[in-house]
Amino acid sequence: MSLLELDGVKVHFPVKKGILFDRTVGHVYAVDGISLKVEAGQTYGLVGESGCGKTTLGRAVLRLVDVTDGSVVLDGTDVAKLPEKELRSFRRRLQMVFQDPLGSLNPRQNIESILSEGMAAHGIGANQEERRERIREILAKVGLPANALSRYPHEFSGGQRQRIGIARALVLEPDLIICDEPVSALDVSIQAQVINLLEELQESMGLTYLVIAHDLAVVRHISDVIGVMYLGSLVEEAPSDSLYEEPLHPYTRALMSAVPVPDPEVEERRERILLHGDLPSPANPPAGCRFHTRCPWAQPKCSEERPELTDAGGGHKVACHFTREIQDGTLTPAGSDAVVIPAQAEAPAEETAKEPEPAAPESGEAAESGDTSATASEDVSEDVSEDVSEDK
Amino acid sequence: MSLTTTASKIDRLAQLTARTETASGASLWREAMRRMRASKMAIIGAVIIAGFVLLAVIGPWIAPYSPTDQTWRGEVFSNRGEFVGARAENWFGLDHLGRDLFSRMLVGARQTLLVGVVSMLIGLLIGAFVGIVSGAAVTLGGKTGRRIDDAIMRVTDILLALPSLLLAVSVAAVMGQSLTTVMIAVGVVQIPVFARLLRGSMLAQGGSDYVLAARSLGIRKRRIVLTQILPNSLSPVIVQATLSLATAIIEAAALSYLGLGNPDPAVPEWGVMLSAAQRFFDNEPMMSMYPAVGIVITALGFTLLGEAMREALDPKLRG
Repeated sequence: MSLLELDGVKVHFPVKKGILFDRTVGHVYAVDGISLKVEAGQTYGLVGESGCGKTTLGRAVLRLVDVTDGSVVLDGTDVAKLPEKELRSFRRRLQMVFQDPLGSLNPRQNIESILSEGMAAHGIGANQEERRERIREILAKVGLPANALSRYPHEFSGGQRQRIGIARALVLEPDLIICDEPVSALDVSIQAQVINLLEELQESMGLTYLVIAHDLAVVRHISDVIGVMYLGSLVEEAPSDSLYEEPLHPYTRALMSAVPVPDPEVEERRERILLHGDLPSPANPPAGCRFHTRCPWAQPKCSEERPELTDAGGGHKVACHFTREIQDGTLTPAGSDAVVIPAQAEAPAEETAKEPEPAAPESGEAAESGDTSATASEDVSEDVSEDVSEDK
Repeated sequence: MSLTTTASKIDRLAQLTARTETASGASLWREAMRRMRASKMAIIGAVIIAGFVLLAVIGPWIAPYSPTDQTWRGEVFSNRGEFVGARAENWFGLDHLGRDLFSRMLVGARQTLLVGVVSMLIGLLIGAFVGIVSGAAVTLGGKTGRRIDDAIMRVTDILLALPSLLLAVSVAAVMGQSLTTVMIAVGVVQIPVFARLLRGSMLAQGGSDYVLAARSLGIRKRRIVLTQILPNSLSPVIVQATLSLATAIIEAAALSYLGLGNPDPAVPEWGVMLSAAQRFFDNEPMMSMYPAVGIVITALGFTLLGEAMREALDPKLRG
């Protein structure tokens, strides 16, 4: 059995209006039916653009926001339905590392007080002396000096603050740590340090992570399984290598193609999918497939029927009606909403270096793109992963 | 790089920094104090206030004459416009009843300070209490809490909508004429200001990430409100308290000036003195100048200190 199982989780925020009496005039569908499983000892990466609901999902797992529907089962206990009193003691097993390292630390508490507060609330350590001993151990583990205890958050650097945030989660010995954009507020050089620290801690302490991020390189580096979110639902879920080698959903393909390649020759030749328009409002999501308004391959069926997340082989799940057709090239991108710049292996460099043109490409070229896309994105992912490992 | 070498490097760095810094970290309050000491505005404000408080404490003992005895009654004829200005005997001259103005200023400082401090405290304590109740209700109480907060805030809105002096005059008029009335009246005016300020500050802090973090740690909500949200919400209130001391003194003076202050004219108070002197402004402008300048300088001192505190406590300006 998986450590964490989400089944049809929905988080809807009511939109209220009215001066004296609140009237619900609609809902923001922040998370709209997500099911996923996180295995013990593994890392589940959740990616998606801003506003797709990934942070809300993370908070829903901790029940920092109330779950409208569905279940969040950690080790047999449904967090979503736990009464307030039991929830408080249960929270020890679920911890969170926040995006903003400074904002998530109380500026008027010193590090000892920040770290021991949770321990005291859960009765870990008989007295303050015992707790201090335990905190010292954890501080050493996350790479902070022992004299940090009496200092205040503003006296630390960004990377150190994030280490404090990680230590705060660790002192409670949780089963699952949710990392909400753990490195996006940090410098690139510090990002690698913190990512590596998270990996080392996972190895030495057997931790399970749910990592929420928008940085594809970070997520690939750290995750075993990756879920791609779009407008409150999962569009694709696959083991990390499989996802990067062969993204199946049009949205994932667009995301992957947006990662620049350091090699200029590859950069010019590779396939690029440019999405037009913005993320639709989660208060008024489009009918059918959530992505059809921006999908270059959209068909009439897409606006009518919402695709389910189905297995396309090898644990690679995708929510798209036309996965196979897109992959083998029988379905071609159309419409002026999006532009696919096909990979042009033979084209002279001067011409392909131009900015993408808004016109839709010819169907012949697009059919070709189906074959070459896999290799192109493989190059992308190779280079990206190298990028990360150099930072170690 | 392995973890152990990283850790040893960090420890080495910590040893080096420990030599230049004290072992314990600097809390925000301590750092704010350090910034205050470096601020000219704060120093000028503090010096003015210290002088004023000193006068208020020792004034009655160093006053050269009695503030109430009409010793030079025979030299002043207000109906004929004959006044005595500053002279060697009486440094600030005499008032319209032949009393020594310098002595009256010295003794009056105490009353003025008392009115300012007491009315500020009335506003601060009641206002902060209302603010905490309201802020805590929103943070803790779900729907019922929001209702309680709504009810409290509508009442403070009504109080805020009334012009402050008008409100003070109404309170003073209802309660009759006395110094206590002035203090209460001026204090009541400040209650909604403090309540709103603290509630707003608590609400803003309630949405911050560290509160979320505390919740996810499984800490009780009541404890979060008291140990996390409240201490972080206090700085604007402290600043407002200093600033409102200035307005309280001015408003108390205004009430005295309108004749709603201390009914016993023998007890000197700067506002009452200003009120009395105003009748003779055409003949003897200096008589009203002393209490007026006194009030202005005192208010200025509190305002300067308050502004300096605001800057020192603002986390965005932390360098």
